[in-house]
Amino acid sequence: MKTNSTNSQSAKSTAGGALRPPRIPIGNWLGVLPFFVFSGLFLIGPVLILAYRSLQGPEGGLTLDNYGQLATNTVLSSYGMSIKISLTTAILGGLIGFLIAWVVSMGGLPPRVRLLTTTFSGVAANFAGVPLATAYIFTLGRVGLITALFKWLGVDLYRTGFSLYSFLGLTLVYLYFQIPLMALTILPALDGLKREWREAAENLGASPFQYWWQVALPVLTPSILGTMILLFGSAFGAHATAYALTGGLFDLATLLIGRQISGDVLHNPGLGYAVAMGMVLIMAFLIFFVYSPLQRRSERWLK
Amino acid sequence: MTTTPASAASATVTVQHPVTRKRLSSWLIFGVVSLYFLIPLGATFYWSLRGTKDVLGFEAYRKLFADTNFLPAFSQSIVNAIAAIFLSLLIVVPTAYWVTLRLPKLRSIVEFIALLPFVIPAVVLVFGIILLYSRPPLLWTATYNSSRVVLICIYVALSFPYMFRSVDNGLRAIDVRALTEAAQSLGANWPTILLQVIFPNLRTALLSGALLTFAIVIGELTIALYMAQHTLGPYMSDLTRSKVYEPSAMAIVAFAITWAAMGLIQLVTGGQAQTTAGH
Repeated sequence: MKTNSTNSQSAKSTAGGALRPPRIPIGNWLGVLPFFVFSGLFLIGPVLILAYRSLQGPEGGLTLDNYGQLATNTVLSSYGMSIKISLTTAILGGLIGFLIAWVVSMGGLPPRVRLLTTTFSGVAANFAGVPLATAYIFTLGRVGLITALFKWLGVDLYRTGFSLYSFLGLTLVYLYFQIPLMALTILPALDGLKREWREAAENLGASPFQYWWQVALPVLTPSILGTMILLFGSAFGAHATAYALTGGLFDLATLLIGRQISGDVLHNPGLGYAVAMGMVLIMAFLIFFVYSPLQRRSERWLK
Repeated sequence: MTTTPASAASATVTVQHPVTRKRLSSWLIFGVVSLYFLIPLGATFYWSLRGTKDVLGFEAYRKLFADTNFLPAFSQSIVNAIAAIFLSLLIVVPTAYWVTLRLPKLRSIVEFIALLPFVIPAVVLVFGIILLYSRPPLLWTATYNSSRVVLICIYVALSFPYMFRSVDNGLRAIDVRALTEAAQSLGANWPTILLQVIFPNLRTALLSGALLTFAIVIGELTIALYMAQHTLGPYMSDLTRSKVYEPSAMAIVAFAITWAAMGLIQLVTGGQAQTTAGH
């Protein structure tokens, strides 16, 4: 009752204009102005100038030449490796992260395990960059502890072709933040599964498998796919971890851009801008045309 | 559905076995995945104790803190992080407040912009920043200190997604309209309402947004590196290449800082830690 009356009252007073911030019309925008100015200067502006320069030929004038040159070997192989690592770690991280979220939320483990998992996941998901690379160098690098352990067991990892500074090595490193990222993001979705759905399914004679396959998974699929897109993006845009691990020399799109900033390794500034814009375009497509619609779909069920 | 006591009892008996098996396999999965996460930490910690030959001890940590470049880099990063947090709060709180109360039409645009840091990889952003601000008419990166200001401003922009989400959630949890009216009817002006009514009621939300921002900014490498700033990220990266044992001590310290920030978030929100998505 009480809340009701406050609500209707506040609605009335808004209509009556009691809530009036500064009288000048621009005052209405004053509160949001700094936000737009900052975003314009430090997020949108830099991308717009990159976009403009990527469309500029060596002699000025607008052209798509730079984008045509993206099809050179150097660029294609870095993009290819970036996509390969992002896809692998998104799928593996997604599966393992989902499994862990499922185990701690409905696997019959004590609640304290869940709390420990979410706190640790928060740490691990944010423990990227130089410290993560360092930790792996001390674990699986040439003198790392696990490498030494294998040597003691008679297996020389680096003779078998394994290297921390390779696709496989980088995948192992990236999974360290991908798995917790998945677990953290998907836990609320698992919590959103309603008890009644399970009961209804059981009453209709469904086996646990049927319940999962025909009820739970279809409801969860948009969240799972959406989070995997997020994981793809976080690996695709990752620079610091790979830089610290390989000194910036590995064949990744972000590292190629880094080398281009330090000293025009592509011998064509325009192409450098196009490589950078290519990343933005891929990310924008994934976030705005895949992730956001999936997000809206998952919200429909999991309110 | 009526069940006789007997059938109910037999049901529990048949159910018990799969339940223990399920719990066992849960522990197994949890254990294996935990190992994956604990081994790198354990290995790093082990190496960090080996600063002196043949003796386990904290020599590597002592050397790290004694390094003349460490503390300046560390303190610079802390100051940058705190400056970014305050600027971000000053910008995001009024924005989220206005969008909730006065300009709901702008919500979708603000949310779109707040997603941009996920869309623009850090290395691309710094590329654009250098292009835009390293030559006239906007020569903002001419000196070390002016670059530092630009760096802090970029961190502010990067914090928008976390900060906006935290503040927005916080605003949803309180009745902004009623609080505003109450303050107004007592004669408060707008700055007073924001600073003395809205800010204090958002303490938890602001604190978790701030801690998350701190966790991202404190060891940030990519942007600081290409803007030639002597902060913790580039320092750690150099350390990895130049020293043997100190990097492991550094990694453990960094892990402890991240753990402290996330633990505090867990403590103040009493719930889910959030994540950043930019590595």
